[in-house]
Amino acid sequence: MIQLKNIQRYFQVGDQTVRALDNITLTIENGEYISVMGPSGSGKSTLLNIIALLDHPTSGQYLLNNQDVTQLDDDALARVRRDNIGFVFQFFHLIPRLSAAENIEMPMILAGINRQERRQRVKKAVAAVGLSDRADHRPDQLSGGECQRVAIARATIMRPGILLADEPTGNLDSHSGIEIIELLERLNQGGVTLIIITHDQSLGDRANRQIRIIDGKIAT
Amino acid sequence: MRASDTLSQAFGAIRSQPLRATLIILAMSIGIASVTLLTALGESARNYILYEFQSLGTHLIIVLPGRTETTGGQPPLFGETPRDLTLSDANALLQSRNIAAIAPINIGSAPVSARGLERETNILGSTSALRRVRHLTMAEGRFLPEMESDKALPVCVLGQTIKKEIFTGQKALGQWLRINDRRFRVIGVLASEGQSIGVGFDEIVIVPVASAQTLFNTESLFRILIEAKSKPAMYKAVTDINKIIKARHEGEQDITIITQDSIVSSFDEILTALTLTITSIAGISLAVAGVLVMNVMLVSVAQRTSEIGLLNALGASKAQLISLFLAEAAMLCLAGAILGLLLGQASVMVLQALYPSFSISIPPWALLAALVVSLTTGLLFGVLPARKAAKLDPVEALSKR
Repeated sequence: MIQLKNIQRYFQVGDQTVRALDNITLTIENGEYISVMGPSGSGKSTLLNIIALLDHPTSGQYLLNNQDVTQLDDDALARVRRDNIGFVFQFFHLIPRLSAAENIEMPMILAGINRQERRQRVKKAVAAVGLSDRADHRPDQLSGGECQRVAIARATIMRPGILLADEPTGNLDSHSGIEIIELLERLNQGGVTLIIITHDQSLGDRANRQIRIIDGKIAT
Repeated sequence: MRASDTLSQAFGAIRSQPLRATLIILAMSIGIASVTLLTALGESARNYILYEFQSLGTHLIIVLPGRTETTGGQPPLFGETPRDLTLSDANALLQSRNIAAIAPINIGSAPVSARGLERETNILGSTSALRRVRHLTMAEGRFLPEMESDKALPVCVLGQTIKKEIFTGQKALGQWLRINDRRFRVIGVLASEGQSIGVGFDEIVIVPVASAQTLFNTESLFRILIEAKSKPAMYKAVTDINKIIKARHEGEQDITIITQDSIVSSFDEILTALTLTITSIAGISLAVAGVLVMNVMLVSVAQRTSEIGLLNALGASKAQLISLFLAEAAMLCLAGAILGLLLGQASVMVLQALYPSFSISIPPWALLAALVVSLTTGLLFGVLPARKAAKLDPVEALSKR
């Protein structure tokens, strides 16, 4: 469960203070399917980064599964991230020199899981996203849709409770975009909390709950 | 994260940039190769010279007339006139029980001629003991006969070069050789000594010491070579020599005594310092290689900013990021060190082939030192880029494409 209480995030740009997030209070239950929408510069990426523990709020409290994560240091945050949160990015962020299977394996390497278990889990994950025959290909040999499926397999390999997707279809044609969304929704039906950031109204409407952000505030 | 995974990930990163990796390994290997090669040269030169000194003779003591002090006091403006060291001084030294042999030496330069061929060369006056003290070997004939040292017998022993130049391939043994205006019969020829420290025995004519004294019209000796009975006896012999000469020279200790030990150890010190100097000059190239490693790693960090952001998002701790980049730097340096050692070994082999008489080899400690130094360089210069990577803000790093 994600609980944000009075979260503020200010940036100092020159001598001006920009309020990227202004007093956000938000609770997201386990297993929810939420879309976050808003014009660019509205603060939705900042919100995602805060939820993802990549960015520290200027003030306010963030409880993740009832643990106050605003007090943790960077390395502890990295561990929490590794075990609880999966990322899907607009530009995939695959490591170009590694094969699809090796990209999927990376979070388990960082977690220190042994080689044998890694291989089994990668095999299953690759099959789950329908890429068994392309596991040894490098990202530049895969299509955009395939790359995003690798990224999803990587995001779920540590079995996190939360999946954060930042414009997951923004770089794909509409056909593979739908495929990716359906894949994410299937994971949500399996019990994973799914938070999608998008520009696309029709995509946003598919979620059970829509959040609009304008000028750093939640507009309901 | 497991150590083996860290290494294989770092290796993967290196492999994805083959040209850059090759260049950095090359730079490091040149540094390592020059350090090992110069160390090998310095060490081998030291061993060569030490060996040469040891081959001068065993338990050797050299007595010079006059006293030279190198510690304290003003330089002598009015030259002290040392008492001459005479033949009877030399003979008196035989009283000491610690002395095995005494070879008085008198040296001078004079024209030598036979059958119309003439050249100037060094004439060395000594006794039969010289052969024992300096370990001389004969090619033909015999050395100076054993006799009273004050007898001026007209016989001489030639060095190889003199024999070749004066007798031009003809039989020298039993022939007459003219030195200044006196005639000497050739009774022996020395075997070729090669270049021996001090005197080139190939270009010398040896005559009895008394004959040399008459030739050069002098009573005094150039020096006295003494062989002590054993190594521990050397120091007793030095005390004996001082005592005997002091008694003969009206209480004045006006001689200088040099032991082989002191020569060898001072040369040892000089050459060790020399080796260290040239090695540290070569060390500069290692430092340059280290800076290059740092440069390459900084570029690597800059190019992989988004990858670092991603690893951070996937849950990599700062320590993990640092160890990934350090492992990369260490591997590059280690590869450079190994290649450098091979290069150094190859150059040593080439040098050995070119100069077979000069034994040259890389000392084992230099091999180990090269590995340690290159690793330290790599880690030292790798720390800055690695810390830079770990400090990147993940949000900014991820927004880079």
